[in-house]
Amino acid sequence: MSGEYEVVIGLEVHAQLLTRTKMFCGCPTAFGAPPNTQTCPVCQGMPGSLPVINRRAVEFGIKTALAIGCTVNADNRFARKHYYYPDMPKNYQISQYEEPLAVHGHLDVEVGGAARRIGIERLHLEEDVGKLIHEGNLETAQSSQVDFNRAGLPLMEIVSKPDMRATEEAGAYLRALRAIVVYLGVCDGNMEEGSLRCDANISLRKRGAAELGTKVEIKNMNSFRNVQHALEHEIKRQARALDAGERIVQETRLWDPDKGHTVSMRSKEFAHDYRYFPEPDLPPLDVEARWVEAVRATLPELPAARRARFMEIHALNAYDADLLTGSRVLADYFEAAVAQCGKPKAAANWIINELLRELPGDDERAVAACPVPPGNLASLITLIEDGTISGKIAKDVFEKMYRSGEDARSIVSREGLTQVADVSALGSVVDQVLTEHAKVVQDYKAGKKAALGFLVGQVMKLTAGKASPGVVNSLLVEKLSKL
Amino acid sequence: MLTDLTIHELGARFRQNDATPTEAAREYLDRIAALDPKVKAYLTVTAEAALARAAEADARFKTGAPLGPLDGVPLGLKDVLCTRGVRTTAGSKILEGFVPPYDATVVARLARAGAVILGKLNMDEFAMGSSTENSGYFATRNPWDLSRVPGGSSGGSAAAVAADLAAATLGTDTGGSIRQPAAFCGTVGLKPTYGRVSRYGLIAFASSLDQIGPFAKDVEDAALMLQAIAGHDPMDSTSAAVPVPDYAAGLGQGVEGLKVGIPAEYFIEGLDPEVETAVRAAIEILKGLGAKTESVSLPHTEYGLAAYYVIGPAEASSNLARYDGVKYGLRVPGARDLIDMYSRTRGAGFGAEVKRRVMLGTYALSAGYYDAYYGKAQKVRTLVQRDFQKAFERVDVIVAPTTPSAAFRTGEKEDPLSMYLNDVFTIPVNLAGLPGVSVPAGFTKGGLPVGLQVIGKAFDEAAVLRTAKAYEGATEWHKKKPELGA
Repeated sequence: MSGEYEVVIGLEVHAQLLTRTKMFCGCPTAFGAPPNTQTCPVCQGMPGSLPVINRRAVEFGIKTALAIGCTVNADNRFARKHYYYPDMPKNYQISQYEEPLAVHGHLDVEVGGAARRIGIERLHLEEDVGKLIHEGNLETAQSSQVDFNRAGLPLMEIVSKPDMRATEEAGAYLRALRAIVVYLGVCDGNMEEGSLRCDANISLRKRGAAELGTKVEIKNMNSFRNVQHALEHEIKRQARALDAGERIVQETRLWDPDKGHTVSMRSKEFAHDYRYFPEPDLPPLDVEARWVEAVRATLPELPAARRARFMEIHALNAYDADLLTGSRVLADYFEAAVAQCGKPKAAANWIINELLRELPGDDERAVAACPVPPGNLASLITLIEDGTISGKIAKDVFEKMYRSGEDARSIVSREGLTQVADVSALGSVVDQVLTEHAKVVQDYKAGKKAALGFLVGQVMKLTAGKASPGVVNSLLVEKLSKL
Repeated sequence: MLTDLTIHELGARFRQNDATPTEAAREYLDRIAALDPKVKAYLTVTAEAALARAAEADARFKTGAPLGPLDGVPLGLKDVLCTRGVRTTAGSKILEGFVPPYDATVVARLARAGAVILGKLNMDEFAMGSSTENSGYFATRNPWDLSRVPGGSSGGSAAAVAADLAAATLGTDTGGSIRQPAAFCGTVGLKPTYGRVSRYGLIAFASSLDQIGPFAKDVEDAALMLQAIAGHDPMDSTSAAVPVPDYAAGLGQGVEGLKVGIPAEYFIEGLDPEVETAVRAAIEILKGLGAKTESVSLPHTEYGLAAYYVIGPAEASSNLARYDGVKYGLRVPGARDLIDMYSRTRGAGFGAEVKRRVMLGTYALSAGYYDAYYGKAQKVRTLVQRDFQKAFERVDVIVAPTTPSAAFRTGEKEDPLSMYLNDVFTIPVNLAGLPGVSVPAGFTKGGLPVGLQVIGKAFDEAAVLRTAKAYEGATEWHKKKPELGA
């Protein structure tokens, strides 16, 4: 059974870079424009057009390379990768082959409390292809249209070493890598929309075996969940095959998320001969040490460092720190709230338990569109801490803040939600309760201390929950002792 | 006749109000209508646009504010240069009906200089050939003998200048495609240093070798044309940010004391004795003008051709992959599926020579053969470059024959290899990325022009032009015109 096998996984991650213009021309990169409106002779592969390298994309590549401990190559070159497909305007893709932008990095991840270091083989830049729109499905379509808006968008490919030994490790690596590119502001990390894509190479071998098994490439896993499911499914498929004494075929398989299985796309025998050769339209790209150092100086605090700082400075537990640093904007939100209210634990709880429940996600877009700015959450926390409102009322106030975008103080004052902590204001209510429940008072006097709770409840009822329970409690005890 | 005049002569007439750009354009258009049916240099004539541009130039001369030496001058363009709104075919059926939405940088620069474009000129398909017989449309004829080829691949550009069907033209040179037809047609043809002129909008054959340059009636005109098109272009990353000197200003400096190298490897068996005699005589003239000659060695010359026929086709196989019937140009209908559409379109759209080179190049780049072919050819290329570097440590320019023979007969060279051998003296210059010019250096007994090639150091077009100008000044060859009737 599968227990006998060791799983070996390597991931290839494509990240679409957040540059304003495409990799080799000046066309805009904005998502969702009408087909072929963001194109020019260069990204349409018109005769005579020539590529020009987007320096910002190179800078983003260098930034990421430094964040994952890669060595940036001073001499690097673009190369042409050839294969025919209608979504590729030139029928070759400008990519990098023998001399990539950066090599030999690593990423430290934590899986089940244990630290793992995953090696990174290389990081290179390339251009994206267009999109085919079929009339109906691919098999039966009478015609297909091509949209070149995506053609030429800058992509960064990060190839890991085959260092992952479980699907959980692959998941942790992918999450950590995503957090880094999002932190760096080089990619929005959205897997569903395809701005972050992941292919996996996976093989099984007998435990203790030195040689790697035959690998299978899995494509089309467009969410974290799909990656996990596809890998689990593929491990089972390969284990069953090996158990049955079958050979694993080196091939590319597509994950079908609806059917929950992988299907063969092409075997090694039909693999493309990409006929790579150095791109003659682009001179070698000279990445000077000075440029690398200038980029290094702009690196922000990375997720791992921030997580450690949150645990140390803000005394958060590992779980909370993990959650809050998973996204740069969320961590920024947390820190902005703490700066104003000075209560890290309360801020963490409110963000994790209330805010994240309401928000559609924790990415840049979701947090940026959040109707409750960090300052408002901070003042809500302050209102609780100084006893102005009760924790219970605060939850209602938060919901109203989220719906209306109003700040906590104006909701509380308009709706009169302030806790009644004024002894003189509460005195008459307390007197009334003591008069109306003389029997209970007698029980209390007779030593039935639990009767106090009933009396507190009666006061709260009469003040519609606005009374400060602490103040009511001490007022009752005081008056009862005098009876 | 205005069509007899050089650019600088025509410009002088415009400035003196002896003639107008519209008169010049009309004369050229009339001459094209009368003679081009014989020469067949033009694929497309843009008469209406030419007259409109000429009228604009008229107005500038009238107000005394012409744009410069090319203002109002009627020019032709090799059909490999993209022209906005004007059909651009690269001589191929696969691009029949392709109308680019953009101008090549050189075309835009000529437009800014006020030039009047008469039309687009015939060529070997995708610039692959040495005779213009490989055009997907028709063969161009040599104005000196209509039964002979004008050379290629820029045969239309050379024939148009030789037959006075344009004041000057642009061509492209990947392995000799400017210099060889210039020699065959008795015109000046200049291939600038790789990187001197932007390739943006030049339909690529072999990206690391292609370079745009002028055909002209004399050396001064070639200098004026180069001046207009040279210089860095942000749209072409391989165009060099090297300052462009004033070429016309340096032309008259002469060759007194100039060190001229004579490469032994260019005077070999197979060199036509009449060509050799003409070139040796030209060398004596340069000596007489005060140049110091010495022999130099370019030992890897004989491997240049082989390296070129690996690198060129390899890059071509990649550059031509985009012609697939999906986006523009030809699509053969009735395909069963995608692969069938590709096969039918490329099968019908490309001619035999293009297919041959696409296959050669695809093979040379394929897994397992890359090192043996493409890798090796690049090493040979480096050796050829070093040969020139060494020679240029001792001399300022190198002179040699442009071609082994004068123009051959149409249909004479059916074997592709014998056709390829025609470029043996021009190819090493492309491999090394150097500037080279061919100037008229006499005629064979049969009345066919012979070319003298002057090769210079990288970005030293000035020395090449100055040498060519000194030689031209001492001879009358460039003044002779072919008999075409009319």
